[in-house]
Amino acid sequence: MKITFPHLGNLYIAAESLLKGLGHEPVTPPPTSRRTLELGSYHSPDEVCLPFKISLGNMLEGLAQGADGVLMIGGWGPCRLGYYAEIQRLILKAFGKQVEFITLEVPRGRWGEYLGRFRTLTASTDLRTFWQGARLSWVKLKAVEELELHAVSAQPREKNEGTVRPYLRRQLELLRTAQTVDEVQEICDAASRGFRELQAHDAVRPLRLGLVGEIYTVLEPFANLRLEERLGSLGVEVVRTISLVEWVRNHIFKKAVGLYSLAPLRRLAAGYLRGFIGGHGLESVARSVALARQNLDGIVHILPLSCMPEIVARAILPRISEDHGIPVLSLIVDEHTAEAGFQTRLEAFVDLVQRRVERFEGQRQARLSGS
Amino acid sequence: MRDSGRPVYLGVDVGSVSTNLVLLDAVEPRPCIVWKAYLRTQGAPLTALKNGLELLHDAGAWEICGVGTTGSGRELAGVVLGADVVKNEITAHACAALAIDSGVSTILEIGGQDSKLIILRDGVVVDFAMNTVCAAGTGSFLDQQAFRLGVPIEDLGELALRSRNPVRIAGRCTVFAESDMVHKQQLGVDTADIVAGLCAAMVRNFLGSLAKGKELRPTVFFQGGVAANAGMRRAFEEALGQPVFVPEHYDVMGAVGIALLVREALGGKAVPTRFAGLERVLDSQVASQSYECTGCPNSCEICEVWRDGIFLASWGARCGRQGRTDQTS
Repeated sequence: MKITFPHLGNLYIAAESLLKGLGHEPVTPPPTSRRTLELGSYHSPDEVCLPFKISLGNMLEGLAQGADGVLMIGGWGPCRLGYYAEIQRLILKAFGKQVEFITLEVPRGRWGEYLGRFRTLTASTDLRTFWQGARLSWVKLKAVEELELHAVSAQPREKNEGTVRPYLRRQLELLRTAQTVDEVQEICDAASRGFRELQAHDAVRPLRLGLVGEIYTVLEPFANLRLEERLGSLGVEVVRTISLVEWVRNHIFKKAVGLYSLAPLRRLAAGYLRGFIGGHGLESVARSVALARQNLDGIVHILPLSCMPEIVARAILPRISEDHGIPVLSLIVDEHTAEAGFQTRLEAFVDLVQRRVERFEGQRQARLSGS
Repeated sequence: MRDSGRPVYLGVDVGSVSTNLVLLDAVEPRPCIVWKAYLRTQGAPLTALKNGLELLHDAGAWEICGVGTTGSGRELAGVVLGADVVKNEITAHACAALAIDSGVSTILEIGGQDSKLIILRDGVVVDFAMNTVCAAGTGSFLDQQAFRLGVPIEDLGELALRSRNPVRIAGRCTVFAESDMVHKQQLGVDTADIVAGLCAAMVRNFLGSLAKGKELRPTVFFQGGVAANAGMRRAFEEALGQPVFVPEHYDVMGAVGIALLVREALGGKAVPTRFAGLERVLDSQVASQSYECTGCPNSCEICEVWRDGIFLASWGARCGRQGRTDQTS
């Protein structure tokens, strides 16, 4: 089958290898653009959140490139995303698209149905090819994240402005075409040196801001208006709390065998939120507490308009901000997000954090010289 | 040396509705505004900027020691002018208010297309909220309703103050507000009472959407174009139960703030300004154009600025690409 799938940051690099290993031909949709969003919004119910609209747009663009199957993740729980795959399947069907819609989700008891679905996906491959593809895909997923983390740390320290992000893009392109695990390793090693060379050695300590929020808007640069890159060019080192590698490890490997536990998150969120509320709501609260304890300079929280779990988190964050004395900025994104207003908020927040840090530093110096 | 006029810093605030320019005396230690202009942007920031500079040129002889730009058109204006400081309007507004009263703790700012709430403690911004998505509660909405009621926007505030029984208008959304107002008009309610009700609705909307969970301590400043409206000021005072101050240069506070930030950045240092020069900016043709880039599948929307056929800058390329290959020099 020729299978397409929605974008989520640089996930396509790993997804391509996985689908190849499964004996399918991956059809990666063109990078998400305004056209994708327009296409997706046009065929979506008006009130659904941004991730639905963009991912539907990706699917339609992938199908237009000749795909006859769609791979999407599902789930269960209070977050609406769990049901998106099913609605998107119906929309495509009503649209007259003859497509095989494969939803990947953690089985909830009904193993038979799950295995049946998995068999359509693995039908045309032998075990050896599958294993190699799956392994390469996992290694690439980890490599993408490693490179992104290098970039996040290198950008605010770069010697020449605007060099780190283009370098990252070139390395990701290399990674995409890599055929073996060894090749991936070589790219990572070289990139690690490459990123180091782009940084000034005497760079001042950049401001450090933690990033929390709904996973799709955190990871998809089109949806978050390239938030990490914008912050990087304002001289901020972004501290990520959401990792795709961790997500796969927890929600696909561990959850499937019942090893995933929310207890550590519950402990962190104690006093603010009692338990799971769907999506990343509990995580946003718990991670914000963790970031505050790590003495970060501030927290940026991002969510799509009308996202229930994150609205709950958003109402709690001001209390964490007050209790721990850490500034928090909540950003809501939707199809109409005006870039100018978004950038203004970011700049103003960075100014606010910078002045705070300077004042603390001034007070500390005064205390030291006074005693 | 340069043209020998009065040494000043130029602050420019290019907003969606108005473009404001101020000159700040460069010698006087206290903030001293020697000239200001408030122009309508009317969707053409470059034209408005040029008109403003022409007024400035005709107003006297100046030695411009530094330039700063702010507002949603700050990048564009910054490139055209050769600005020394380009800063967001939230920081600029806070800076201007603090220069007038270092004890200011709350700033209410309502401009043409957005509204902001800035919270300060001990002279530092600690929190802010900004509304850009919803038009209810902004100057444009008031403008529209004044037009509908047949009242000049300048007289709207005075009219509101004459009201004895303000009516309740839904303020959550412009559409509801408008149909509410039409309904009240048809019932024969006095225009003054409707306008006063409208002011109260806008204040409720502002406080409900921006001030939720925030403590609005005194001293409270009210600035931005809408602060000219005495009815709005009274509605804020009634809702907050405390006096609200409208500073003298309320309509150009963003420009004042950015001029102060330029002085902070350049003042006392032997750094020459990057200002392109008044004559140069006025005598040249600046053009901007936007198009969809076809260089890769990203299809970014690119905006470019050219001066007399020379490429100045571009925005929007996700690959970080600057300029074109066919640029002339």
